[in-house]
Amino acid sequence: MKINDVILKTITKAVVLIIITFGIYLFFSGHNSPGGGFIGGLVLASAFVLLFLTYDVETVSEGVPISFKKLSAFGVLLAMVSGLVPVFFGQPFLSQSFGYFDLPIFGKTELATVTIFEAGVALTVVGVVVNIILSISEGSNKWKP
Amino acid sequence: MNNLLILPMLLPVLAGVTLIFFRSYGRFQALISLAVMIVVAGLSIYLLIDVQNNGIMRLDFGGWEPPFGILFVADTFSMLLVVTTSIVTIICLLYAAVAAGRKMVTLYFYPSVLFLNAGVIGSFMTGDMFNLFVCFEVMLLSSYALLTLGGSKRQLREAIKYVSINIVSSWFFLVALAFLYGSIGSLNMAHIAARVAENGQEPILTTVSIVFLIVFSLKAGLLLYFWLPGSYSAPPAVTSALFGALLTKVGIYALFRVFTLIFPHQPDITSAIIGVMAALTLIGGSLGAVAFNDIRKIAAYNVIISVGFILVGLSIATPNAMEGAIYYLVHDMIAKALLFLVVGTMVLLTGTAQIEKMSGMMKNYPVLGWTFFISMLTLAGVPPLSGFIGKVFITEGAIDNGSYVLLALSLISSLFVLYSLLRIFKDCFWGETIVSRDEQPVLRKGILWPSLILVGLTLALGLGVELWAPFVENAAYTLLHPEVYIDAILGDGR
Amino acid sequence: METLIILLVGVLTAVAIYLILSRNVIRLILGTAILSHAVHLLILTMGHLKTGDVPLLGEEAETYVDALPQALILTAIVISFAVTAFILVLAYRAYQDLGTDDLNEMRGVQDE
Repeated sequence: MKINDVILKTITKAVVLIIITFGIYLFFSGHNSPGGGFIGGLVLASAFVLLFLTYDVETVSEGVPISFKKLSAFGVLLAMVSGLVPVFFGQPFLSQSFGYFDLPIFGKTELATVTIFEAGVALTVVGVVVNIILSISEGSNKWKP
Repeated sequence: MNNLLILPMLLPVLAGVTLIFFRSYGRFQALISLAVMIVVAGLSIYLLIDVQNNGIMRLDFGGWEPPFGILFVADTFSMLLVVTTSIVTIICLLYAAVAAGRKMVTLYFYPSVLFLNAGVIGSFMTGDMFNLFVCFEVMLLSSYALLTLGGSKRQLREAIKYVSINIVSSWFFLVALAFLYGSIGSLNMAHIAARVAENGQEPILTTVSIVFLIVFSLKAGLLLYFWLPGSYSAPPAVTSALFGALLTKVGIYALFRVFTLIFPHQPDITSAIIGVMAALTLIGGSLGAVAFNDIRKIAAYNVIISVGFILVGLSIATPNAMEGAIYYLVHDMIAKALLFLVVGTMVLLTGTAQIEKMSGMMKNYPVLGWTFFISMLTLAGVPPLSGFIGKVFITEGAIDNGSYVLLALSLISSLFVLYSLLRIFKDCFWGETIVSRDEQPVLRKGILWPSLILVGLTLALGLGVELWAPFVENAAYTLLHPEVYIDAILGDGR
Repeated sequence: METLIILLVGVLTAVAIYLILSRNVIRLILGTAILSHAVHLLILTMGHLKTGDVPLLGEEAETYVDALPQALILTAIVISFAVTAFILVLAYRAYQDLGTDDLNEMRGVQDE
């Protein structure tokens, strides 16, 4: 039986973009208001889950040829290394610092090292959540990379 | 502040995640994990000596001063255990490099072992109750992965029980944390201890301490050990050696930490309960050890007996008993790894774990036989091996305190240990040789070396007691004088 | 408000214990999931449910809620999420290999 899912597929194409944008917005807004790497990562992962529901795992794996296991490992690595960097400057492990810079387009912008740590968290969350969904749904055998 | 403190936990994590990228390179994974654990061992020995000379050290993550931030603390007790953990892991990794099959390696065996280590070491070093919970979970998640690795029917069945038991015990942990936070308003161990000491240990706090007792007893196998024999006997030799050597010890460490640092003020309640539980554990473990014919089960019940024995030391809590418990804790990590590796090798060679199906292995594998013999002696506490000194000190402590029932039970349990292992030795190694010399399965080259190193270690620890006695003395002193720990963490900020 | 939430925690715990005590693996897993939700609520209540502003948003508010329990719960949720996912996959594998989802049939020693 062929399911008529034109509406679902059309809407998904638009909504996935919105979800990803929202996820990235949440990720950056986490610096001094609610949000952050963990929540941003969860929202990004939900975009993938929606794609899995609408299309199937094979189609998505062709479009996104990355291994989510390795993505989460990379995330942990990024977070840990960003925590280790201050050690070389004589600061305690996981210390963060920030400063204000004049950037061409944005004007005066606050740049903080905690963003790197948060990026690691976000990547880990995306990787782990998608991985879990794939293994529960038995999609991990079909995931190519 | 000393940034070196984070490395014993951080290096295994970093190495573990890096190894995920090298899934199919078995030899490379083994080499990297060995190298990392050797570095960790060296580092922790350096830290141990540093702590011994300069007092307790701490590292506040991100520069958040206690009691606000998360911190790592190194005192002699925790560093002794970290050193032993890393050494035992090195030896288990050596065994794995020889014995582990290709399938196990590609299923992330080495990363799991490294994460397990990170969890164990983190639990030993953390100075924050909630962080202790997180480290426990890191350790447990990797132990779930290790237990199911390979996925035989027996492993799957035991894993379901093991995971559900641990979920429930984690739930108890969170409940205890919630009530502790609700009544004290802090999660920093030293801060909690200071507040409890100032305001007195009220009934609600004693109740919370009992909930903690339940949690850690479930993890340590103190009285609540019903899950232990099944899940420790299911996985392959390396994994059960790691489990037997490390996992229960983390529970024991947490019991020592919580009941000497935070809740030592009502000994007539808490120590009495721990004493009764330890006594029942000794009895139950002894009965189990002589009741079964499966050598892996017998080894698992020996873990339970030693848990009871160490907790006798905590219950008595005189300086002698404390020192004895620490001696025995360190000894037991090494001796249990040895026992499980030898038993695992026996199962690997004969393809069975039943005593009655093995016989006369001494003729085919003399080195294995004598290694087993020594592991039996050291577990029973025969001098000059390392088990002896711990038993002597706990016995002295029990006599000082007049706890003759506990004393009698712990000495009788040693006889049961000896009997249960002697039965394996007599029936499996002596008697008629079933398999002729030509048909015997070949002992893989190098598979006995890890066990021999452990034999050397237990002998060295026994003969060189003088060398590590100052560390144990210092550790026992810190445990019995919580104000030393509190002052080192909170300083003048109290 | 605290009393109500504590009662809710009690009800959730009772439901969870009922589910955990049943013989079906899936019910056991659902039970553990509900159990962890109950304890998350308990931790939240332990930080007092006073009405205050969100911490971090600004420095003008007169009272803030305690932010620590929320951080603790977030961590605990992540952990229980991972563990639940693990045990779900495990139960599925066990069902495939052992051919049963009945805990009573998983006791046996038949394949030893």
